[in-house]
Amino acid sequence: MKKIISVLVLFLFFSSASLANTYSSDPKIFVQELVSDAINKLSDKNLSVEEKAAFIENIAIENVDINALSLYTLGELRKSADKNSLSKFQQTFEKYFLKSLTSRLTDYSSNTFEVLNAEKKSANYTIVRSKITNSENQPEIKIDWRIYTKNPDKPLIRDLIVEGLSLARTQKEEFASILNSNNNDINILINKLEEFVNK
Amino acid sequence: MELKKYIIIFSSILLIASTEIKASEECFERTSRAIFKFNMGFDNAILEPIAKGYNKLPEPIKNGTSNFTSNIATLLSIPNHLAQGNLKGAGDATASFLINSTIGIIGLANPAEKMGLKAQKEDVGQTLGAYGVGPGCYFVLPILGPTTARDSIGMIADTFVDPFAHVTWREKELLGASGNQFDYLAVKGTTAVDFRADNEVNFDSLEENSIDLYASFKSLYLQNRENKINNSSESEDDWGSLDN
Repeated sequence: MKKIISVLVLFLFFSSASLANTYSSDPKIFVQELVSDAINKLSDKNLSVEEKAAFIENIAIENVDINALSLYTLGELRKSADKNSLSKFQQTFEKYFLKSLTSRLTDYSSNTFEVLNAEKKSANYTIVRSKITNSENQPEIKIDWRIYTKNPDKPLIRDLIVEGLSLARTQKEEFASILNSNNNDINILINKLEEFVNK
Repeated sequence: MELKKYIIIFSSILLIASTEIKASEECFERTSRAIFKFNMGFDNAILEPIAKGYNKLPEPIKNGTSNFTSNIATLLSIPNHLAQGNLKGAGDATASFLINSTIGIIGLANPAEKMGLKAQKEDVGQTLGAYGVGPGCYFVLPILGPTTARDSIGMIADTFVDPFAHVTWREKELLGASGNQFDYLAVKGTTAVDFRADNEVNFDSLEENSIDLYASFKSLYLQNRENKINNSSESEDDWGSLDN
């Protein structure tokens, strides 16, 4: 649970690369370029918070596999839910995800980021290992990036695993808890997400 | 004495009955949610303000405090490394404790880490996990927070295995060292404040962005315990067909 902030910071990182930029198709370089770009952008004092937020949203849409993430967080229900509900859930999830990201904009602090290595787990995904250091007295934090590479020309981020804590899994289990206590009614989950988006 | 006996019997029944249950299953969710709410109230009213004050202290004081409590916690790791058959871990933890307690001025500094000795934290819950005991069901304890059947029994057992608890909580002399229950509570309380202060922004962010905070804490706790037992930071791969 420790160092969740790094997760948040990294969420910002992966979601805040330059709009004009396209990154390498090599997962390791992709992460490195994206994070470097993000650090530069977030450190830019000429940009307002709103501009940074807009920037984050666009980059998240470009580089995060939000659709797959939404299906993953739904668990087994994605197989039995009707198409309309599923589609509505995915749309709402995207709004929820983006709002959640932008609300963390102020969490950014300067850090030293380094990509360590990459391990190709299958034809479709690679784990990129990295570390982040806050200051000389703070221990480094390990961050693994789950990169989906089905389209080898366009890697997409699916999850961040900070010191072994998966953000996607945490989200999935949070949704599962809501669904379990509401007879697996996807509409109640959608309503809760909408409440978050509109608050 | 009678109370202790009942606690042990109750704990054993709970453990035996629940080791086959997945950790994601709840022992008594309604009660746990109520306790969680109480804990959040306690956090808002007491722990968080103290942690915020603590965070305003100069960095050397915070680091010294963190090192001190961490060094004491190493004592619990030593017997647990041994129980897990991890002689290297036990050796590293012992060396780390001795170096930090002497050269590191009663643990205020951490020269052992600079020498490459990383004392990995181990407790009885992790040792039970290493022997294949499942987590059992999940619940929340007042003040102490999230736990599982296995980890709660481990927590009680910790006080019997931990040399620091032996000296302070049980007030028994060990190698000339003595202490009392206040010392034990003071160190545990400081550890909690240090942890809370270290995660101040994380807690705020989690509170702000969770739609079911109880479930988020549960997930993070269970993932963290899994990793500690496996001594790994690899996350479980459960994307299934979505990765195809």
